[in-house]
Amino acid sequence: MMGSVELNLRETELCLGLPGGDTATPVTGNKRGFSETVDLKLNLNNEPESKVGSTTHDVVTAVSKEKSSCPKDPAKPPAKTQVVGWPPVRSYRKNVMVSCQKTTGGTEAAAAFVKVSMDGAPYLRKVDLKMYKSYDELSNALSNMFSSFTMGKYGGEEGMIDFMNERKLMDLVNSWDYVPSYEDKDGDWMLVGDVPWPMFVDTCKRLRLMKGSDAIGLAPRAMEKCKSRA
Amino acid sequence: MREDNLEMSENVERYLQLDPRSAAISQPPSSSSSAAAFVSPANKSRNCNSPCPDHVLENVLENVLQFLTSKCDRNAVSLVCKSWWRVEAQTRFEVFIGNCYSLSPDRLTHRFKRVRSLVLKGKPRFADFNLMPPNWGAQFAPWVAATAKAYPWLEKVHLKRMFVTDDDLALLAESFPGFKELTLVCCEGFGTSGIAIVANKCRQLKVLDLIESEVTDGEVDWISCFPEGETQLKSLSFDCVDSSINFKALEGLVVRSPFLEKLRTNRFVSLDELHRLMVRAPQLTSLGTGSFSPEDVSQGEQEPDYAAAFRACKSLVCLSGFKEFTPEYLPAISPVCANLTSLNFSYANISPDMLKPIIRNCHNIRVFWALDSICDEGLQAVAATCKELRELRVFPFDPREDSEGPISEVGFQAISEGCRKLESILYFCQRMTNGALTAMSENCPDLTVFRLCIMGRHRPDHVTGKPMDEGFGAIVKNCKKLTRLAVSGLLTDEAFSYIGEYGKLIRTLTVGFAGDSDMALRYVLEGCPKLQKLEIRDSPFGDVGLRSGMHRYYNMRFLWMSSCTLSRGGCRDVAHDLSNVVVEVFGSDDDDDDDFTRDYVETLYMYRSLDGPRKDAPKFVTIL
Repeated sequence: MMGSVELNLRETELCLGLPGGDTATPVTGNKRGFSETVDLKLNLNNEPESKVGSTTHDVVTAVSKEKSSCPKDPAKPPAKTQVVGWPPVRSYRKNVMVSCQKTTGGTEAAAAFVKVSMDGAPYLRKVDLKMYKSYDELSNALSNMFSSFTMGKYGGEEGMIDFMNERKLMDLVNSWDYVPSYEDKDGDWMLVGDVPWPMFVDTCKRLRLMKGSDAIGLAPRAMEKCKSRA
Repeated sequence: MREDNLEMSENVERYLQLDPRSAAISQPPSSSSSAAAFVSPANKSRNCNSPCPDHVLENVLENVLQFLTSKCDRNAVSLVCKSWWRVEAQTRFEVFIGNCYSLSPDRLTHRFKRVRSLVLKGKPRFADFNLMPPNWGAQFAPWVAATAKAYPWLEKVHLKRMFVTDDDLALLAESFPGFKELTLVCCEGFGTSGIAIVANKCRQLKVLDLIESEVTDGEVDWISCFPEGETQLKSLSFDCVDSSINFKALEGLVVRSPFLEKLRTNRFVSLDELHRLMVRAPQLTSLGTGSFSPEDVSQGEQEPDYAAAFRACKSLVCLSGFKEFTPEYLPAISPVCANLTSLNFSYANISPDMLKPIIRNCHNIRVFWALDSICDEGLQAVAATCKELRELRVFPFDPREDSEGPISEVGFQAISEGCRKLESILYFCQRMTNGALTAMSENCPDLTVFRLCIMGRHRPDHVTGKPMDEGFGAIVKNCKKLTRLAVSGLLTDEAFSYIGEYGKLIRTLTVGFAGDSDMALRYVLEGCPKLQKLEIRDSPFGDVGLRSGMHRYYNMRFLWMSSCTLSRGGCRDVAHDLSNVVVEVFGSDDDDDDDFTRDYVETLYMYRSLDGPRKDAPKFVTIL
């Protein structure tokens, strides 16, 4: 599922200044949520082609195009982006609700928060991996958080990348601007997608969206590990 | 009061005798003239030595100041002159410390010599939402150590968001023989062992209130640790102690506590057990009902007459609990509904149909807490009956950002139309409109606390698609008594300009995912003169905005900014320029972040302090 931010070239200027500075001013009249503001300033994705169809970015831009004459799109975000401590309900209350639900279907007790960093972005986010059921959902959530991030389309069952085919893997990694990698329980940095989703949730300690060029080195190692697991 | 008078007259006697200390005191001209005015023949004739104006002044002051209980008044009095400062310090029995790091325990014990009651608050509120790493601080230990030596007569300790250990509780129990009241709100670090020691050693204990605290299960039967014989217990709240209770011991305790008015049990007390307690304590005014489900679901045996037990509690005005309730039994509370002033259903998944027959009788309710499971329909029922409502809190049953949200502006507006005396509201929803906010601002002019949480971030008015600026603007403009405000939804800088323009009495402001630029922060810091507590998260405010409040920070209790766009350099500059403000920066974890984020400030927490930076800061906290 390709998603891309509809940006004009001016907005894609690299700018590391603090907000409110005199460099690239945000498009007038737009309100954006905070995360979008920072992402735009940092610029990251530079594909000028706009692909209609991804609803994830429709949501992001729907909010930001509030005041301009674009029609509002009250579509709900399809992926659940989870933010720490929001909505602001005390953990005491949340725990009480969990332990007092006689009917099953209460939320799982322990969340699996992992830090997500993106090369070049001066901030970290956290995601609760238990909120998602597949790599696709995670991909959508990350796209929302780091609006220029795109993870490409996963093929195959369970949305897994074909790690066994080295050439295909290298091509894939090459074609992405940012490659999702994760640190597993052994402390190794792996490419996201090499294991079935539930195993990934258990083994992932940290996520990092690496610049494509840096990730090339990971691909062969990922393959090795994958082979040794199989 | 009578006790105080007795003590006062003893002190007066003491002051009339020549006191070597007071001879050295410098006397500003103004007070000597007023002292002259107070000198009366009666006083003169009683003395062995002729009193200096100092003594007379001080003894008069002591007699007058004993009537001052408000801390604001006392703070003002202490600023008049050194003499007044000293006398005020001698007569302050209740000390309130809003931030435990604003001064050291030694400073407390040096200034105030006769403290009987201590209220101490630790971590800032956003710590409740996992925005602060564990082990940040706010330990009670240094405070209990200092007060144990300085105030052996201490009677009351009230802590909020402090880290309290079992050892601390043991020291407390051993050091204060006359100890009467312990209240722990949102605290952690202790367990049932600590509570057991307090129960056992504090023979004068009147109040043991554990509220929303995390209590480790030490597998100690603490209820059995209360001493034999009649107790002084007036209030016992243990609904947050999430471990089973020796019911027989609890029942025995209730029987020998004739002064018991408030009892809040935990969910391990079943409905039939509750019944037995109520029968033994019909004098209760406040009851926390535990699970509100019978232990044994088997029918056939004679079930206790729950309604009769409630009917017998003629003084019952406050009900809470219902943590695992069985709907069929809810009507048992009907006999007390007409007398209830406070009802907390916020742990019970109550539907509109369950609520309506109950609430229809609650004409005197002033405080109502519920889950959004009651829906707009339930809120309309509340609005129709509860004309005396002062405080409403509606929490989300499903506390996730993208949950369905069964309540909206419809219930909100109904409340505003039906409950005109509303003073405080906390409302979680997914859909809201500017119109409803404006309606409430016009219908409920007595509002002092307005906290709206639109759970989906950046959500606009769901009917017009516009930001929520106008609605919040109406609230600050029309609710002239507003002291606490929490905003949410899609908000531009305009909303903040309204807050700065009209929010002249606001003391606490909570902001999340709002605003466009530093101007928003500037509007607030320049416009709100009474601002004490400012907590901000995930908003685009940076160093420029931060600097716009330099003139305010020493007069505030604290500023919290997390996930904004502050830089370390900017924060360091502020720290450098404000010498009596402590500037802490830290991340959300207790591990060190990577190098590349070092300039980025994830969390800024700054507060004024008389004694400089604290010495107990953990590694992950940097004090600039």
